[in-house]
Amino acid sequence: MDVLEKLTILTDAAKYDAACTSSGGNRTAKAGYIGNTSSSVAGCCHSFSADGRCVTLLKVLLTNRCVYDCKYCVNRRSNETRRAAFTPEELADLTINFYRRNYIEGLFLSSGVFRSPDYTTELMIQSLRLLRENYRFNGYIHAKTIPGTSPELVEQLGLLADRLSVNIELPSEAGLKALAPEKTKAAILAPMGQIQKRNRESKEELVKYRHAPKFAPAGQSTQLIVGATADSDLHILRLTQGLYDRYRLKRVFYSAYVPVVEHTLLPSRDVKPPLLREHRLYQADWLLRFYGFRAEELLDDKTPDFDPRVDPKCSWALSHLEYFPVEVNTADYETLLRVPGVGVTSARRILSARRVGRLCVDDLRRLGVVMKRAQYFLTASGKIPDGLRFTPDSLLRGLIAAERPLLPQQEAVQLSLFDAVGVG
Amino acid sequence: MTEMVYVYDGSFEGFLSCIFESYANKEVLTAICRDEDFAPQLFACRFIETNVEYANRVIRKVVKCSPYAAELLRKGFLSCLSDREILLYHLVVKLLRQGPHFLANFSDETLNPVVRAVRHLEGEAHLLKGFVRFSELGGVLGSEIEPKNQVLPILRSHFCARYRNERFFIYDRTHRQALFYAAGKAVIRPLEAFQMAPPDETEANYRILWKRFYDTVAIKERFNPRCQQTHMPKRYWKTMTEFQDDAYFTAQSSPASAAIPGAPSETPAPARLSESGTSAPASAP
Ligand code: SF4
Repeated sequence: MDVLEKLTILTDAAKYDAACTSSGGNRTAKAGYIGNTSSSVAGCCHSFSADGRCVTLLKVLLTNRCVYDCKYCVNRRSNETRRAAFTPEELADLTINFYRRNYIEGLFLSSGVFRSPDYTTELMIQSLRLLRENYRFNGYIHAKTIPGTSPELVEQLGLLADRLSVNIELPSEAGLKALAPEKTKAAILAPMGQIQKRNRESKEELVKYRHAPKFAPAGQSTQLIVGATADSDLHILRLTQGLYDRYRLKRVFYSAYVPVVEHTLLPSRDVKPPLLREHRLYQADWLLRFYGFRAEELLDDKTPDFDPRVDPKCSWALSHLEYFPVEVNTADYETLLRVPGVGVTSARRILSARRVGRLCVDDLRRLGVVMKRAQYFLTASGKIPDGLRFTPDSLLRGLIAAERPLLPQQEAVQLSLFDAVGVG
Repeated sequence: MTEMVYVYDGSFEGFLSCIFESYANKEVLTAICRDEDFAPQLFACRFIETNVEYANRVIRKVVKCSPYAAELLRKGFLSCLSDREILLYHLVVKLLRQGPHFLANFSDETLNPVVRAVRHLEGEAHLLKGFVRFSELGGVLGSEIEPKNQVLPILRSHFCARYRNERFFIYDRTHRQALFYAAGKAVIRPLEAFQMAPPDETEANYRILWKRFYDTVAIKERFNPRCQQTHMPKRYWKTMTEFQDDAYFTAQSSPASAAIPGAPSETPAPARLSESGTSAPASAP
């Protein structure tokens, strides 16, 4: 089988993994090596595929052979599909030549379980070693850690990669039992704990010795599949929060389940991937990481799922009207951040600009505040925007209308389904 | 104080010389034009000779008031803002009159258009860090871009660090200039016309592999061209491998390529030439 064919099979099998970011790396250029990692927080997208997702890394599987039988996965052993495997040389050659042409920012290597987790990880290590040592590749590498891999191998992998990830996939133990019987919560959490510990140690050593080896310097991430099981948004968001708190994950990715197989325990094949729900979870995740929100503030047992019609921050604001309006000339940073339509950048600009003079409503738009949403929730020098009048009812309608044009196409289509059945 | 239009040679130093002269002559400027765009107007106008000494005095003065303002001046000049010269001139005048205080207020009417233009420039440069596509031709990596802003000075350090052991060039079609890099040295030079040489077998093969990867990685159940175009506006597609037509992926057995005139000898920049390809002598930077 030639490389083009292998590339096709092994890309196709890897494409459902959501993680494709190069953020958090800080490899500076080294003499005799090719590459660095871009230092920008936003990461660097090299293209956008037809589904609108960012293409940053050469995202492939080492092999799609697998001895496991996870029900939701195209690579499970009981699925009849063409199998292929890259040799370490083929993989290294592709990576280097794509990188030199600036097609990619680096490599994202994942794999099916070929014989055993350890055997597979050894092959991955071989490939990465070839790339780092022989091809002198100094760009970004994200490697997948397979649950059940022995700690010694995780250690070696971490010294070669910038980021490691262990995918949780199913947000609950019951889900795992039903759909991925060979995986257990313990087998997933063990490498996560190890990666976190080694990453912290390596950072401490780096303070003492400048040349101490770096262990996964860009930290670790994970992915949760949304919509394959019955878990609520609250359940997923609590899990996310726990992962950020306890394992110091850099990112949690959400992947709307795309029904690839027919199975009695799974949504049927003509169910559309829940893109709107995935979108709301990403918005909420953002609120946890940058806006100082906690999962319990956004959802509770009475409302365990997000309102599909407005984003989670508007939703929170609507049920906390006593908090508003916020006066932009006096409110502190944390309070400003809670105003819908005010983001991290515009909140900082407000703080900076009001040192020069009092702000009025007209200044806010220029500072980057999204007034369509923010207008209901703030005052500038005691004033609200001219001619604005609203009741709690029209407020909700205004917010829904303000957000609709911002939604990605398919998410908007899913939202209009709610209109049709008259929800809310 | 009289009102005047100044005309200059289009260089950054020339522009700074205009600012210097306006103070020296006690003249208020209503416009600053590049000599190539200049059309006779009703206002009195004066051609300003570029003077590096004057330019340095202006920039030193601005840096002393505010290093941030100096950065805005440098980057604002690279931006595609129409009237950028006069807007930057107003910024300097305000800075020298009032001090740097107003620079903290993003909504300030003099500052705001300049900062927005600089963000646009930086945004475009950021996108291009990803969207630039190189082809390997005779051991040299070459690429073409068509940006709105003059991004080469901004892209320079990124690509020089990333490809420090390579030889490469990036040709900016819009501003007709190219960044050349080899052996630790980079230069940006004007380059009137350039057309990339056709690919050889190996190059064509990697293009095919990339296109296949790109096409395969999209999930068809999530097809969303609007989102794709919001993140990657169509104007960038012109120079990206994955959007080229079939001919781009076909190797040409006998490439009629030659080094382009004006390229440094270390970076031969293989181009398709209309006449017989003679290697042109390198000119001094
Ligand atoms: S172990 Fe991974 S590749 Fe194998 S079936 Fe499960 S999810 Fe798929």
